Amino acid sequence: MLTYLRRRILSSAIPLLVVVLGVFFLARLTGDPANLYLPLSATQKMREAFSAQHGFDDPLLVQFGDYLAQLAHLDFGESLRTAQPAAEAVLRAFPATLQLAGVTLLLAVAGAVVVGSLAAYRPNSPADRIASFLSSTAASTPDFWFAIMGVLVFAVTLDWLPTSGTVGSAAWVLPVATLLIRPFGVLVQVVRGAMVTALSEPYIKVARSKGAGERRVIFKHALRNAGAPTLTVAGDLAVGLINGAVVVETIFGWPGIGKLMIDSILQRDFAVLQAAVLLTALTIFALNLLIDVCYVLLDPRVRQGAMA
Amino acid sequence: MNGQATPGTAAGNGTALEVRDLSVELSTPQGPVRVVRDVGFEVRSGQTLALLGESGCGKSMTAQAVAGLLDPVAEVTDGQVRLQGRDILRLRRSDRRSLAGPELAMVFQDALTALNPVYTVGSQLAEPFRIHERASRRAAKEKAVELMERVGIPEPRLRAKAFPHQFSGGMRQRLLIAMAVALRPSVLLADEPTTALDVTVQAQIMELLAELRRETRMALVLITHDLAVVAEQADQVAVMYSGTIVESGPVAEVFAAPRHPYTRGLLDSVPAGHPRGSVLPSIQGSPPRPAAVPAGCAFRARCPLARDRCATDEPPLTDTGPGRASACHYWKELADA
Repeated sequence: MLTYLRRRILSSAIPLLVVVLGVFFLARLTGDPANLYLPLSATQKMREAFSAQHGFDDPLLVQFGDYLAQLAHLDFGESLRTAQPAAEAVLRAFPATLQLAGVTLLLAVAGAVVVGSLAAYRPNSPADRIASFLSSTAASTPDFWFAIMGVLVFAVTLDWLPTSGTVGSAAWVLPVATLLIRPFGVLVQVVRGAMVTALSEPYIKVARSKGAGERRVIFKHALRNAGAPTLTVAGDLAVGLINGAVVVETIFGWPGIGKLMIDSILQRDFAVLQAAVLLTALTIFALNLLIDVCYVLLDPRVRQGAMA
Repeated sequence: MNGQATPGTAAGNGTALEVRDLSVELSTPQGPVRVVRDVGFEVRSGQTLALLGESGCGKSMTAQAVAGLLDPVAEVTDGQVRLQGRDILRLRRSDRRSLAGPELAMVFQDALTALNPVYTVGSQLAEPFRIHERASRRAAKEKAVELMERVGIPEPRLRAKAFPHQFSGGMRQRLLIAMAVALRPSVLLADEPTTALDVTVQAQIMELLAELRRETRMALVLITHDLAVVAEQADQVAVMYSGTIVESGPVAEVFAAPRHPYTRGLLDSVPAGHPRGSVLPSIQGSPPRPAAVPAGCAFRARCPLARDRCATDEPPLTDTGPGRASACHYWKELADA
């Protein structure tokens, strides 16, 4: 298990390096920060001084080399906007994103397990048909549209919920609902499918032949077997939630890492952008590792393979 | 008891399981299909009844109907299942559930898929004690280890922590049997318990079942398509064809002098007793599809004795002698031959 984890961590170094490389060069295609930070009337001299001060006058490859050398010392550079360390800005924004994604994922998984299991218990029953229809509708709803409609109906017209911000539990409703709707729809279908399969396995009949009650049959014998496919998809969706937060955070003014990234791009705040992307990449990598560990815990047949 | 013929009339023991006029319907897109038709049999404590028939004849469906384990698409439409005299088909679900294990248990065919892959065998063997005796986790585990030892699993204490995929086919079947007999049921239904196994392992498993039957005096219903298994293991046999029983009686008598042309055909197609190199006789044709069982006798299209009457009158299972019954209009011709 430990050998396996070590191998996974080492093999992730290359993709991380690619991310660092990509963000560094792509960010610099967005334009010259001097245009943004200096007045329109700035002279060529002033522009050169600005560039020299922030190291933008070196050849790109030299800049990249310097950046890597800084990274090696865990120095993520300074924000152009605030002159504060980029790492601080990123770490300040990160909990807001994690909370939003965490609450959403928890609700999506818990809700999908209940709805999906009930739908799978009697395939093609009215309950199953309703669940299938609603979940496929949810799974194919574009989140930006849902967010805009949500704001229009519940914030503007009915005035029940705030349009943005993080103050009070009401502020959570629209962002969480927007992030939730698609993963919930997808997960209900995955849980349902996996549970239909699990419930038709012979070991379910055996459990019933031992006198196991329906709750034991569904939630002990079937659900754990339906866990692996659910986990795979939930993991993918969790990654999507961290990325998807960019849209939702921007729409609802949620002070998370997604909003920070958009702001940094608009402000040509390269150091902050790079740090934010790097942290997101690391989170996604950690998430995948966590999913692998969960697989091993869930299914003993994977355990042998992982040990080898 | 009414006058209807029922296999299993050996004297001296109480009837553990009695099935009467059992019918099962399957709902299909083309409408309901009767897959089990008026099946009846009885088994006494300590005895073995073999339910013999080819794939699709309804023998597994019969067993699942008796055990209350039919899939939602199948439904018992008629009949009685009396367990120690009580009609269990009329019981409430929870009452029925309380019998599953202590009174009526079942051994399934494919032991790999019948064991839950994500739980240790120890915890699965402990489950009957947890459910019915409300045993503590530790006490139930302890009983599971004893069970494993009883059915011949080496190093049971260590192996209880292993998962199903870490056992051989024969060992898995032993585990499944152990789980079924955990609470010493009065009736055990074994649905083709050895078909997935090697011949040598098959013999060991059958021996284990016979031992357990003698030890606990349970009644064993052995569902099989294997004539040799029936000859070696069973006291009584009920031959099923196209969803219904066509002949029944004590195994030795039925095999020595069958009174239904289908039984005769089955016995004739066993290689033993035919000269090597000669063409092995077989029953021509194939059974009717359950959705299209013709009027009259279901076997008539394949029957050497068939005549006009067979196309119109369905022969009922009738007594043909002490403990014997046949569903053929012309069984006497076989008996005389």
